[in-house]
Amino acid sequence: MSDTSTGSTRLAVTSSPHIAAGVTCSNIMLWVVGSLAPAAVWAMISMGWPAVQLFALCIGSSLLTEFAWNAIAKKKQTLMDGSALVTGTLLAMCMPPMLPWWMAVFAGLIAIGLGKMIFGGLGWNLFNPALVGRAFVLLSWSGVLSKLPNKGWFATLDIPAKGGLDAISGATRLAVAAADRAASGGYGFSLAEQYQPLLWRNLEGSLGEVSAALLILGGLVLLAKGIIDWRIPAGYIGTVAALSWAFGSDPIFQVLAGGVLLGAFFMATDYVSSPMTRNGRLVFGIGCGLFNVVGRFFGPSPESTTFAILFMNGLAPLIDKMFTPRTFGWVKRDEE
Amino acid sequence: MSKAAFKGGVHPPERKEATSSSATQWAPVPGRLVIPMSQHLGAPCQPVVAVGDRVVRGQVVGTVDAMVSAPVHSPVSGEVTAVGPWLTAGGTRVTSVTIVPDAEQDLDSFVPVEGDDVRTLVRAAGIVGMGGATFPSAVKLTPPKGLDVSTVILNGCECEPFLTCDHRLMLEESERVVAGARIIAETVGAKRVVIGIEANKPDAIAAMQKAAGDGVEILSLVTRYPQGAEKQLIWALLRREVPHGKLPAAAGALVHNVATAVAIADAVELHKPLMERIVTVTGRVARPGNYRVLLGTLVSDLLEMAGGIVGEPGRVIAGGPMTGPALGDLDVPIAKGSSGIVVLSPDEAAPLVDDDQPCIRCGRCTEGCPMFLQPFQIGTQANRRDWTAAEPLHPVDCIECGVCSYVCPTKRPLLQLIRLAKAAVIAKGAKL
Repeated sequence: MSDTSTGSTRLAVTSSPHIAAGVTCSNIMLWVVGSLAPAAVWAMISMGWPAVQLFALCIGSSLLTEFAWNAIAKKKQTLMDGSALVTGTLLAMCMPPMLPWWMAVFAGLIAIGLGKMIFGGLGWNLFNPALVGRAFVLLSWSGVLSKLPNKGWFATLDIPAKGGLDAISGATRLAVAAADRAASGGYGFSLAEQYQPLLWRNLEGSLGEVSAALLILGGLVLLAKGIIDWRIPAGYIGTVAALSWAFGSDPIFQVLAGGVLLGAFFMATDYVSSPMTRNGRLVFGIGCGLFNVVGRFFGPSPESTTFAILFMNGLAPLIDKMFTPRTFGWVKRDEE
Repeated sequence: MSKAAFKGGVHPPERKEATSSSATQWAPVPGRLVIPMSQHLGAPCQPVVAVGDRVVRGQVVGTVDAMVSAPVHSPVSGEVTAVGPWLTAGGTRVTSVTIVPDAEQDLDSFVPVEGDDVRTLVRAAGIVGMGGATFPSAVKLTPPKGLDVSTVILNGCECEPFLTCDHRLMLEESERVVAGARIIAETVGAKRVVIGIEANKPDAIAAMQKAAGDGVEILSLVTRYPQGAEKQLIWALLRREVPHGKLPAAAGALVHNVATAVAIADAVELHKPLMERIVTVTGRVARPGNYRVLLGTLVSDLLEMAGGIVGEPGRVIAGGPMTGPALGDLDVPIAKGSSGIVVLSPDEAAPLVDDDQPCIRCGRCTEGCPMFLQPFQIGTQANRRDWTAAEPLHPVDCIECGVCSYVCPTKRPLLQLIRLAKAAVIAKGAKL
């Protein structure tokens, strides 16, 4: 591009197009954070100070890691693109409130450092950074996690467990249900009676499990703004519901409980680690739902969202390759 | 309303309201006209006048004996003062004839073109695609042997933001548009005539419907860019896909712009050569409007006629803002394909991005591409200069509509990168 002087006017000469849509990377990221805000704020109100701390630690650690990485690598600072803020927020949303502070800091460090920056920064990572952070914590300290008082300050889980759940202090509704099912093939309580707490005020589990209703609201905002493609959440949630029903469980309970909604609307829809082709996105969503349900019913832990999405992240480039649309005009021979 | 549309695309702010209701008015005869010898795709003309010659309106000033070409005429009576290279809107220097008009001009009379049949008259009148493609129209009126053109489509979409010259033409000269359409259809033996107009011009649709008469269909199309791109228009109206590397005739269609149709009617019925056209002058100018401009009028003079540029110009564009070239020098002539002059303020113009922003794989370019390409992937390969990897991504099929660059949230210069890949892949010997 160059400036050319014409009399008193100086004109920029650029390649067409000369107008651009107003949408930018940072305003997309702010919309994602804004859509998470109702659920996040309600989680903080409901769970109290530990939840506030957790948000501060996860976001602070994520931002600081990105800042430090760029500073050490002598690269341009990238905090203003907003992606580290999204990662930090999502990371806190998928952690239990009583997580030790140093684990939260570590999670942010791993999420940004190993999840994103080591690949070359935003746009180059294969996996969802927040889920990389969560997976690292889950795998490294599963023993510590299982003994956490997994309930914030106020939780009271009044579900009679049939299975041997006594040892698990951090029981969630999903864990109780899974243990019941494993022990007896049925449930010792009504899953339908759990809709209300799951929708509005569920204090057992991660911050992102407090209110399914507010997550759905956030997801609908992102859909309405055209920021996420309906194919991923529709494929994901639809598959979870259908397979849960097929496996003899309550589809609505299975969708509302655990990480499905946070995963379907906010994690699996991460641009960088999901497919770009339309059909590919649908297949990706279905795959996430499939592995989520299989993990829940047949895996070692009912909280299988993390690994379902990470697994599909790994397949995303392949899915895109398979579903690349035919170039317009490249009609088949017999049509010519 | 019709739901006819292509797949993909975007709907940028239309910005047409500044000029869509302003009736076409003659731009005054400027102090000098510069007539480039190449205002079309194909062989450039050779000047047939010399410095000091007197010319009259309609006289041929440049021509060449080649199949794909179009002669150029003097739009005024006056004196040739220079013959030599002159900068054009496309950025290249082209041999041009400078004419200083006489003080008195009779714009109603001209030297008529001669010929016995439509193709000869259209060729002699120097008519080219006036939507911007500038392909010589006489060539298009001669479809290759063995291809049956069953439908003639007139393109009245005007999908580019800001531009309203075709809109005004369809309102003010509806009958002439229809007359041109009938001549084209008769010449190529087409049974069906369809005029496609975007739904954002209901008055033009109504006017054209009134003028249409038997055998001419007016179809409304969804307002979405690039609805007026040839292949997209054919698909939207006929649900036929022009095969890769083939002419629209392979899909049984022939597409002409509405302004071209009027020029063809004028050439055939009035023996009038192409000497002026409607140009939308809009954006940051004092008197935006549609002007009937003598070909060869300098953009600087035209802007002055429109009251001059208001404020600091960010970009001055010849044509629409999605596809037109940005001008670095305003002393370039209006040519046969100049549909508009759009002045954008620095805030309105796309930001000048000078560093490499990462692709966040949001997929907007893929969703918007009307050719179903993967612009981000072509861009990545172009950045790596890996043309072997770029070729199977079909950069050659890119129609350069600019949707990918327009929608990109990180403002990556996708179209520019695809142009690089396209040129490199063609240089390697890929078939167009």
